[in-house]
Amino acid sequence: MALVAEGLGVTLGGRVVLSELSARLEPGAVTCIVGPNGAGKSTLMACLAGLRRPDAGRALLDETPILAMPARARALRLGFLPQTPEVAWAVEARTLVGLGRIPHGRGDAGSEAGRGAVARAMAATGVADLARRTVDTLSGGERGRVLIARALAGEPEWLLADEPLTGLDIGHQIDACELFGRLAREAGKGVVLTLHDLAMALRVADRVLVLAEGRVIADGPATEALSPAVIRQAYGVETRLGAGAFGPTLELVGRHGG
Amino acid sequence: MSRPVLIAGLGLLTLLLAGLSLMAGRVWVPFDAWAEMTDPRWAIIFELRVPRTLLGVLVGAALGASGAALQGYTRNPLADPGVLGVSSMAALGGVISLYFGLVTDSPWVLPTLAIGGAGAGVLLLLLLAGSTSGIVTFVLAGVVLQTVATAGTALALNLAPTPWAVNEIVNWLMGSLADRSVEEVRLAAPFILVGLALLMTTARGLDALTLGETGAASLGVDLKALRLVLVAAVALMVGASVAVTGVIGFVGLLVPHLVRPLVGGRPGALLLPSALAGATLVLAADIVVRLTPSAAEVKLGVAMAALGGPFFLLLLARLRRRIA
Repeated sequence: MALVAEGLGVTLGGRVVLSELSARLEPGAVTCIVGPNGAGKSTLMACLAGLRRPDAGRALLDETPILAMPARARALRLGFLPQTPEVAWAVEARTLVGLGRIPHGRGDAGSEAGRGAVARAMAATGVADLARRTVDTLSGGERGRVLIARALAGEPEWLLADEPLTGLDIGHQIDACELFGRLAREAGKGVVLTLHDLAMALRVADRVLVLAEGRVIADGPATEALSPAVIRQAYGVETRLGAGAFGPTLELVGRHGG
Repeated sequence: MSRPVLIAGLGLLTLLLAGLSLMAGRVWVPFDAWAEMTDPRWAIIFELRVPRTLLGVLVGAALGASGAALQGYTRNPLADPGVLGVSSMAALGGVISLYFGLVTDSPWVLPTLAIGGAGAGVLLLLLLAGSTSGIVTFVLAGVVLQTVATAGTALALNLAPTPWAVNEIVNWLMGSLADRSVEEVRLAAPFILVGLALLMTTARGLDALTLGETGAASLGVDLKALRLVLVAAVALMVGASVAVTGVIGFVGLLVPHLVRPLVGGRPGALLLPSALAGATLVLAADIVVRLTPSAAEVKLGVAMAALGGPFFLLLLARLRRRIA
């Protein structure tokens, strides 16, 4: 059931984006990938989702190379939410969410299972009442939640979401994080998120991978991986971990050496 | 409006217009003339009106569905085989076969070269525009294609051996359904029907592309295969249409826009209704052209351009904010 990166290497236009990156991700947990801009987070996600052929190494799901899987079989097991999701046409929200069922084949759209999955996904992200609105009339946050529902509707074993919280207000960010947590801990799915907000990563992640210059520089439980030393190395920023009343907190002190 | 109702409605409209198309013209032929083989109007029906009507349906369906598929694939509401030079490339293929007199060898030469031209056109268009859905890149790629095709056609006219050759080419270039026979139907129908069937298999892939190329790929859509099928289908349909009727523009632009709000924007759901609406539009326009009291019949291609030009302008004005 594990999702494995085995010595992944990607070079783009002479620049090393990922370098001999290996990691073994287990289902039933939320794994957050963090790191500064250009650290290789999105490239790693694309490799894990089977959407990019790495120059070196490979990604495996249950010991099977992901790129060797038939595209539809892969899509059924690995759900992917791109960083800047494009929506080309002004379709209704429920139609957009229904697109997530495409890997399930032709007969699915009218079936009980298909309709049920779409309804559950929309209820889970709180967008059931937007079902008949066309996407061009939705706010950024509503659109973001509809797109998360789209990724859930396919009911994949793994959900890989690249910056899923962009555009959501803090209330909906917390709702989405709790939803990701339930998917992992209650439904036993594998959830992999890339996040910019370290405080949110600390809150949602069972495990954090910190990437810098295409390598994993820290990997472990959130409070260990997001230690001041690691964050200083990755971002050049001083931070302090604290113990808040509702869990660990992360305080930004300032630019390193500033 | 639900999609089955829309499809049934458009199908019915196509049938009604086809019936009208059999009757209407310089000579009005009511249905009671049909039974009498001795009636002199019987020949008008079966030798002129039936082929003309069938071609109207086939070509209209081909152009409407091609426009819908191109718009869906490129996620670009201005895509149309006529506007973006695909029809002109097909015409160039046809002109080459006319210019070199290859048409006399076999009746299949012209459609084959026209399909080849259309195929090269769509392929170049998709390659030039790349994987972006940027309207500007796409329209510019179309301009390049249109220019190349027009230049090639102009060269053939320029170097034409006789004024009759020029006349033949020019006459054929201005799209029309007039004076077509069963022969033209026989030439075009197989290609158009195969193309239409191929195109229908792209529906789910086009739906998935609503989420962009990455989104579609993550849903398990094989984008390379989708592009190949799309290019083949559009080339067959547009090439065969242009081969028998010349260039009729704007059908592929107008039709998907009129139908899209009725099917809720999903590109895959747009294909069949666009084929039917394309058939109704071409039939209706052809009936109007036939009934227009002018010395020489107005060419259908010219009439469609007169209708499509202002529509294109309107669309551009509406999209201006998105393009800027």
